[in-house]
Amino acid sequence: MNDKKLYLALFILALAAPAVLYPVFLMKVLCFALFACAFNLLLGFAGLLSFGHAAFLGTGGYVTGYLMINAGLTPELGILAGTLAAGLLGAVYGKLAVRREGIYFAMVTLALAQLAFFFYLQAPFTGGEDGLQGVPRGELFGFIDLSNNLAMYYFVLAIFVFGFWLIRRTVHSPFGQVLKAIRENEPRAISLGYNVNDYKWLAFVISSALAGLAGSTKTLVFQLASLNDVHWHLSGEVVLMTLVGGMGTLLGPLVGAGAIVTIQNYLSGGELGNYIHIILGAIFVVCVLAFRSGIVGQFQKMLKQNF
Amino acid sequence: MSQDFILETRNLVKAFKGFTAVDDVNLKIERGAIHALIGPNGAGKTTVFNLLTKYLTPTDGSLLYNGRDITAMKPAAIARAGIVRSFQISAVFPHLSVLENVRVALQSREGNSFHFWKPVKVLDRLNDRAMELLADVGLADFASARTLDLPYGRKRALEIATTLALEPELMLLDEPTQGMGHEDVEVVADLIKRVSAGRTILMVEHNLQVVSRLADRITVLQRGAVLTEGDYATVSADPRVREAYLGVAADEPAAPQSRPASVEALAPEARA
Repeated sequence: MNDKKLYLALFILALAAPAVLYPVFLMKVLCFALFACAFNLLLGFAGLLSFGHAAFLGTGGYVTGYLMINAGLTPELGILAGTLAAGLLGAVYGKLAVRREGIYFAMVTLALAQLAFFFYLQAPFTGGEDGLQGVPRGELFGFIDLSNNLAMYYFVLAIFVFGFWLIRRTVHSPFGQVLKAIRENEPRAISLGYNVNDYKWLAFVISSALAGLAGSTKTLVFQLASLNDVHWHLSGEVVLMTLVGGMGTLLGPLVGAGAIVTIQNYLSGGELGNYIHIILGAIFVVCVLAFRSGIVGQFQKMLKQNF
Repeated sequence: MSQDFILETRNLVKAFKGFTAVDDVNLKIERGAIHALIGPNGAGKTTVFNLLTKYLTPTDGSLLYNGRDITAMKPAAIARAGIVRSFQISAVFPHLSVLENVRVALQSREGNSFHFWKPVKVLDRLNDRAMELLADVGLADFASARTLDLPYGRKRALEIATTLALEPELMLLDEPTQGMGHEDVEVVADLIKRVSAGRTILMVEHNLQVVSRLADRITVLQRGAVLTEGDYATVSADPRVREAYLGVAADEPAAPQSRPASVEALAPEARA
């Protein structure tokens, strides 16, 4: 089982990483990686391009942030609530979106996400342009103080591992088989008796709940929920991360998120900060034109050719 | 006459904006028969197929399956009721293995298809049945191959195995030998003959040799309407059929010695 060895190696690497890298940076990478993995479950394994996934990330963040500030929940309950809220929103949005295909599906998700954006802009409890600031991280299970960055990091790592495991299980499940069949040939899947919309819907709900989990976690890490998290920029960024890393591969979104977050962090400090979108755009174009299968996909191809 | 019909269409009509693709078609498919639907390009064969499986909604008319009205049913529900179709272009799942292609069809009746928390291993108990089906169509040696890499004829065979996995009462095959080399045509025709045991088959087919070999009954469509119907000898001798296909005039000698007498009764206006 080569896969398992690889995952174990990566896990050990992740455990040791805070010794060399700044934990907040690592947490940012993990949050976006989980977000991208959730997105990739739809795009890579069900063939559905959602252009409104920020709505779920943001919903998770706002719900968790609001409850942590106002209801004094413990972090694990706060995150659970945010995840459920995003999953619920995904259940409603998904029901509407899966009735359409291709570009229309993407447009419906975008329109619904914009609806969410303007709701969070206007709603009284979100702090409008300022967002929710000073969200307390709280104490995990009532006794682990998460204001310590290292403790917070391992909590985030545990969440990521859970999310990744769930996605991997979903992909390699009876349900995942049907999803792949739908992705490969939808009319044929229908002719085998599958109500394809129900399968797409369930994939959508799982994906949006996990995107919400990523958003809830991110809000705790940065102690902030803001309009950036529901903006369509972010819906586009997650497409970028997934394509750069390799859509339809399990590790691709993780690699893609790592690459994009690193580039952003590196550039935003330096004098190239103003050109960040141009540079990311150029990377995107190069990726789509030259490396259609992304970093991980390209790597897998090379392995296949050489062994 | 109390024949047993598995499928009936009554006054089936499909009109696209200003164009009637299927015009008042009454088909009766006898249980256990191989029934072929033929006709020149654009005669509406595929449209009829899509209507029967509800990939298109009829403008008018009704469909009866085992005497039950199925006009309002959804395509997936029709498949579960026992009418399973194939497609004109080979309908396989290219990035699944050959075995997985068949297994995903078997899985549709397992009731665990929404179980995203279970490992894919729970499907292994379907492997034996899947291998049987693959052996039936001569694909046992290719079970672990990626479907994308199969040659075209084998993809069609795989498609038939996948269709059989649902144990359909009525199989609808849309041009099963289209685009095939001579040898593959033979193989697939044999296969269709073999799997027709115990079930009904309705097929659209261009290859008249295949039709003559397999079909018990033939319906000829032209411009969306039924031109004539009968066994191969009857239909092939009908001058209107020759005209529809070849564009030759009906008065050209059409091998009259092979023409059964009944053709006059079947098509009285043919000589008009």
